[in-house]
Amino acid sequence: MELTFYIAAAVATLATILTITRYNIIHALLYLVVSFLAVAVVFFTLGAPFMAALEIIIYAGAIVVLIIFVIMMLNLTHEDVDKEKEWLTPRVWVGPAILSLVLLAELAYIILAPDTQPTEALVAVDARLVGMSLYGPYMLGVQLCGILLMAGIVGAYHLGRQKKKVVHRFLQPKEERSAAI
Amino acid sequence: METAAPNYLLIIGGVLFVMLNVAAALIWVERRMLALWQDRYGPNRAGPFGLLIIAADSIKLFFKQDWVPPFSDKPVFVLAPAIVVISVLLSFVVIPFAPGIVVADLNIGLLFFLAMSSMGAYSIILGGWASNNKYSLLGAMRGAAQMISYEVFMGLALMGVVLMAGSFNLREIVEAQRGLWFFIPQILGFVIFFIAGIAETHRLPFDIPEAESELIAGFHSEYSGMKFGMFFIGEYMGITLISCMLVTLYFGGWLGPDFLPPIVWFIIKVVAFLMIFILLRASMPRPRYDQLMEYGWKILLPLTLVNLMITAAVVLWMEG
Repeated sequence: MELTFYIAAAVATLATILTITRYNIIHALLYLVVSFLAVAVVFFTLGAPFMAALEIIIYAGAIVVLIIFVIMMLNLTHEDVDKEKEWLTPRVWVGPAILSLVLLAELAYIILAPDTQPTEALVAVDARLVGMSLYGPYMLGVQLCGILLMAGIVGAYHLGRQKKKVVHRFLQPKEERSAAI
Repeated sequence: METAAPNYLLIIGGVLFVMLNVAAALIWVERRMLALWQDRYGPNRAGPFGLLIIAADSIKLFFKQDWVPPFSDKPVFVLAPAIVVISVLLSFVVIPFAPGIVVADLNIGLLFFLAMSSMGAYSIILGGWASNNKYSLLGAMRGAAQMISYEVFMGLALMGVVLMAGSFNLREIVEAQRGLWFFIPQILGFVIFFIAGIAETHRLPFDIPEAESELIAGFHSEYSGMKFGMFFIGEYMGITLISCMLVTLYFGGWLGPDFLPPIVWFIIKVVAFLMIFILLRASMPRPRYDQLMEYGWKILLPLTLVNLMITAAVVLWMEG
């Protein structure tokens, strides 16, 4: 299990780096999917199979599909790839690199500092346990998410609202039909 | 436990062998059955009952020129057909064919199936996008919207079964159906899962991403040779997979009277569902794209939610 964890973690890191550095956005998104799959394997090896499945279903299976769906409609060409190449100059990397280094230093400190090692043993977290904690201590979070999603649905409904669609000209009201002719 | 190691190879090999052969055999079965239901003969020249059509078809697919269009995005174009076959084959990992005959008895078996079926959407989207062709792109867009929407009802319809069995493990779901198969208490869930399953495998009547008569062949217009063959095989394995899932979740899996071994019961039930899939293709017209979407979101989604609420209420009432 130890080895699979390290392999999956390496794949995830590599795929994420490739996601950032690709010029073609669809290729970048494909590497992002690989990265999500690798993270799912990491969850699985750490004893959270339910989270692993959700990671694939929600992130890799739904969210990235929707992003690709939108990008498909943009009709990207070689010019866009070249433009992307122009934008990604070395100077752009400086800011994010410094911020990431700060985070990396923190992570190294947490792992290496002797008093912050987790003491409790790892337990497998299955669907039942996730449900118990969601509807126990984290009830408020679930409710807030529900409210947020409800707002999203209402907003989407408002944006997508349209006049009653007439699927065939024979079903149109008479005056409209004669006006159209 | 000591017999586990050699058995694994046998089971994995067996499942792979059977599934690939079933997919190939379905070429012949489907064409003969379609012919039967439409008062024709169908393929009956090559070999006994025209059985050698399978060999002829596969040889043709293998030796056709495998053309990658110069205007396509080559790596993605090559990758797309592989994804559908891989994701469908991986789904067979969790299906319990009979007691002991299962590749991986995962505790999250059902979720694994859902995850793999959502990965299958990529092959349509990427195939259609990489082809760099108007019709392919239209097919891919329809396919993406159709698969994402119907995945929602598929997952929600399955939750009724999960509530009744109290587990995501497919073996335990089958065991929970001793006495009463779930298609009686979950008749609504069964119907919705069946419809969503047809839409997920984009079979007729929901073959809107392909739609030969309006989009040539939709997302796989530019594919030829074995790359097209992969989409073809993937579709047949997809309907086998949905049939297996229907049997496992709603029709008691391997359960049946004792005079036949469990695996035989499983095969009989799966074959019955395969025939229903083919009969649907022979008899149903294709809906329009907006009709499909409206039907999904306005009828199926409320129905699944009602089904889920009633099931949860009944389960709670029975327990407490």
